[in-house]
Amino acid sequence: MISNLNILLPEIFLTLSIFSILMIGVFTKRSFNLVFNLSSVILIITIFIILNSPTDETKIFLESFIRDTFSSFFKVLILIASLFVLNSSKNFIVDNKVNKFEYPIIILISILGMFFMLSSNDLILFYLGLELQSLSLYILASIDRDNLRSSESGIKYFVLSALSSGLLLYGCSLLYGFTGTTNFDLIANELTKDNTGAIFAMVFILVGLAFKISAVPFHMWTPDVYEGAPTSITSYFAVVPKVVGLALLIKFMEIPFKNILVEWQIILIFISIASMMLGAVAAIVQKNLKRLLAYSSIGHIGYALAGVATGAIPGFESATIYITIYVVMNIGAFSCLYLMKKNGEYKENISDLSGISKKNPVLAFALLIILFSLAGIPPLGGFFAKFYVFTSVIQQEMYTLAIIGLLTTVISAFYYLRIIKTIYFDDSVITFDEVKNKTAQITILLSCGILLSFFLYPSFLNEIVNSLFIN
Amino acid sequence: MNFPILSTLIFLPLVSSFFIFLSKNENNNSSIYVSLFSSIATFLLSLFLWYSMDLDVPDFQFVEEQSWINDFIKFKLGIDGISILFILLTAFITPLCILSCINSIKERLKEFLIAILVLETLMIGVFCSLDLVIFYLFFEAGLIPMFIIIGVWGGPKKVYSAFKFFLFTLLGSVLMLVAIIAIYWITGTTDITQIYEIKIPKEYQNLLWLAFFSSFAVKTPMWPVHTWLPDAHVEAPTAGSVILAAILLKMAGYGFIRFSIPMFPLGSEFFTPLVFSLSIVAIIYTSLVALMQDDMKKLIAYSSVAHMGYVTLGIFTLTKQGIEGSIFQMISHGLISAALFLCVGVVYDRLHSRLINSYGGLVSYLPKYSIFFVVFALAALGLPGTTGFLGEFLVLVGSFQKNYLVAILATFGVVLGAAYMLWMTKRVIFGDVKNEQIKSLKDTNKLENLMLISLAFLIIFFGFYPAPLIETLNAPVDNLINNYEQAINTTNLVNNDQ
Repeated sequence: MISNLNILLPEIFLTLSIFSILMIGVFTKRSFNLVFNLSSVILIITIFIILNSPTDETKIFLESFIRDTFSSFFKVLILIASLFVLNSSKNFIVDNKVNKFEYPIIILISILGMFFMLSSNDLILFYLGLELQSLSLYILASIDRDNLRSSESGIKYFVLSALSSGLLLYGCSLLYGFTGTTNFDLIANELTKDNTGAIFAMVFILVGLAFKISAVPFHMWTPDVYEGAPTSITSYFAVVPKVVGLALLIKFMEIPFKNILVEWQIILIFISIASMMLGAVAAIVQKNLKRLLAYSSIGHIGYALAGVATGAIPGFESATIYITIYVVMNIGAFSCLYLMKKNGEYKENISDLSGISKKNPVLAFALLIILFSLAGIPPLGGFFAKFYVFTSVIQQEMYTLAIIGLLTTVISAFYYLRIIKTIYFDDSVITFDEVKNKTAQITILLSCGILLSFFLYPSFLNEIVNSLFIN
Repeated sequence: MNFPILSTLIFLPLVSSFFIFLSKNENNNSSIYVSLFSSIATFLLSLFLWYSMDLDVPDFQFVEEQSWINDFIKFKLGIDGISILFILLTAFITPLCILSCINSIKERLKEFLIAILVLETLMIGVFCSLDLVIFYLFFEAGLIPMFIIIGVWGGPKKVYSAFKFFLFTLLGSVLMLVAIIAIYWITGTTDITQIYEIKIPKEYQNLLWLAFFSSFAVKTPMWPVHTWLPDAHVEAPTAGSVILAAILLKMAGYGFIRFSIPMFPLGSEFFTPLVFSLSIVAIIYTSLVALMQDDMKKLIAYSSVAHMGYVTLGIFTLTKQGIEGSIFQMISHGLISAALFLCVGVVYDRLHSRLINSYGGLVSYLPKYSIFFVVFALAALGLPGTTGFLGEFLVLVGSFQKNYLVAILATFGVVLGAAYMLWMTKRVIFGDVKNEQIKSLKDTNKLENLMLISLAFLIIFFGFYPAPLIETLNAPVDNLINNYEQAINTTNLVNNDQ
């Protein structure tokens, strides 16, 4: 029993440190900085704990908790992503007076929830992790509680997300009813195509997960919440929960639902195409950068889902690569928002970027790289993400999906180009303040560096991802 | 040879653009010297390549191979007689562009030079790559610097033109990407030398050919997807138009020769009538459109579409004369259109107008300029003794072997070409002075003389003595046609057996 605890070490460490920094936060005055820095340290230590843990596959607690390379990879990914999201947004948090010490703690709690989701091998543990994560996200969405729009987005997110969680729970209970077990491996053995009830359950679970990754038609909350929540929270929303949602979709396809893949696939193909199309078309009319990024993220999830929809290992690998590069691009894009400050106010409209290439050439160039990468133009990182996905899609001879997907990249290229046009071609109207935000600048630099130099050694990511799906 | 000479050639401009990027001071001279030096070094290096190539062998030479993505794609480079000519053209035109922007680009010169050098890297990369994915990478990446060049330094309608250019080309290319991935799953490789050997099954060839065609047709550009070209040309700055006309358009012709014909011989045979008809429409229709233009750049842009019509026509005659003529025509058009755009740039820098109406009678006030202009205009209409004549002549010889009707229709294009070129020359260079400002214009300066003389020299030199170019082409073109005929004959035999 005690040896089992070793396997839980990252989770245990995270839980204990959350409790201790909570105490520190409560009992010291003006503790935001301290708690903030401590939580960064905690994130780094957790990364090291996970990297140092053995890589063999182990299941504990009646096989409800699993530690394997798959979950470890995604855990490290969300930890690194949260580290950069948190640190690049620190100045923004302070300037917008949301610097409450609970802020980093709630983020850590949501990460804990995601850890359990990623490691779950059982419906109950999965649902508990999901709820822990969702509850933290509701609070985060409305953390700027004196701001009407932030509270509104929190409520919106809460109502819709609770509904989807309910549907998901209903699906879980149906699944238990039809298979008699909550364990993923056992469900996989029990499920067959003849089990119509279980297909019902699958649809409900898919709805719940699709909501979390904001795939069409469950995307309605995304633009409003992205726009209403403070930018620092939006960037967290845009990156971390999506990674987890996608990982869970892959996991469900790989283990419990592997015998009814065909049914699952049809729905996923539809969702993928719908997300790509909506992401491409709806973003064209947006004037607010955060809203635009919301639609763009819907589109990107569509591409990642195209990889998942293949239902084959190469497809899962490509989706994993996609979401990893997506994380790099989005963290970079949101970090640019922290540098757009005028008279102490952060700007978030596309028109505010007019002609910044003259006065902020570096920021303009960074945005150029990130936006072309989001559009998927070679030789930037975003192209390779799309390339791998479509390679795996075409391998399964799903030509329609591939052609529709690639045509939507042309449509979506239009709105990315429109931002680049505003930055480079238009005359400059405003001059941003000199923002001293070293961490955001470093984040942007790293993100651009990765995207620009990705073509030099693209197999780096492949090697890691290939090892996740070997079994 | 172990030294990676092709990679050096490709990445030399990129590295120097990086140095320009790092240079902080606003001293433009140093940027110009660095870019000029690196582009001339690239040119000398490509001359050295040409010199040290074995011209009697049709195989790829200086091949470099490196693993790039595990078990999937190799970074493979290599050149043969066809690609070296395009590399030479690229490396020759780029220094001229850099020289031309000293006069014409007034703001953000540093960024402009970076864009040009990055573009050079990508263009040379296109002509060197022996792997489909690497080719696609270079081919598509060229959109980014060109979009910026048109959009930042372009004319009044620059935004519309830049978007049109980018989206048209991207739309064509994504289908090619699908085809490339499909080829990988059919043959198990993206290395084109291996694909040549493997031979793609017959049932896939037509579709794959169409997917590649969609990309190359937009880039060529062929009628009816040529509409982005006049807009892009008119709005782009002089150097941008020069690169666009001289090199970017040639990527598509090169693509047909390197990919479409050897990889899909059956598809090429099947779709030859389609290409012929589109080429004829391009030659006749766009020549007529060119007649009606009142903007010099637009006129040259439409004439480019017509000239590229000869190129596609020649390639798909699939005869030795036709293909060699097409390649010769591409090189020649690269030099001539570059020269014409530079000529327009010279007067545009002085008078800030591209309209034919605002000029007239230049010959009395700008005699040197007028000589150049007339020489290039005559070369463009295909006067014997210039490269323009030889290219068109060989293409027509090739097409007479295949189809009389097509050849006769294409010959009309030559007459129309003479009509619009001579008419423009008459209105711009000769006639009455319509604009008092012309009297105060200065003739070409030393820099402009240098650029125009070097172009005029090459156009006339290769017009009289094309042997060096044709000899370079002989071996690979023979090889191409042999392989093509072999592929066609084997399928015919199989069909007869059944």
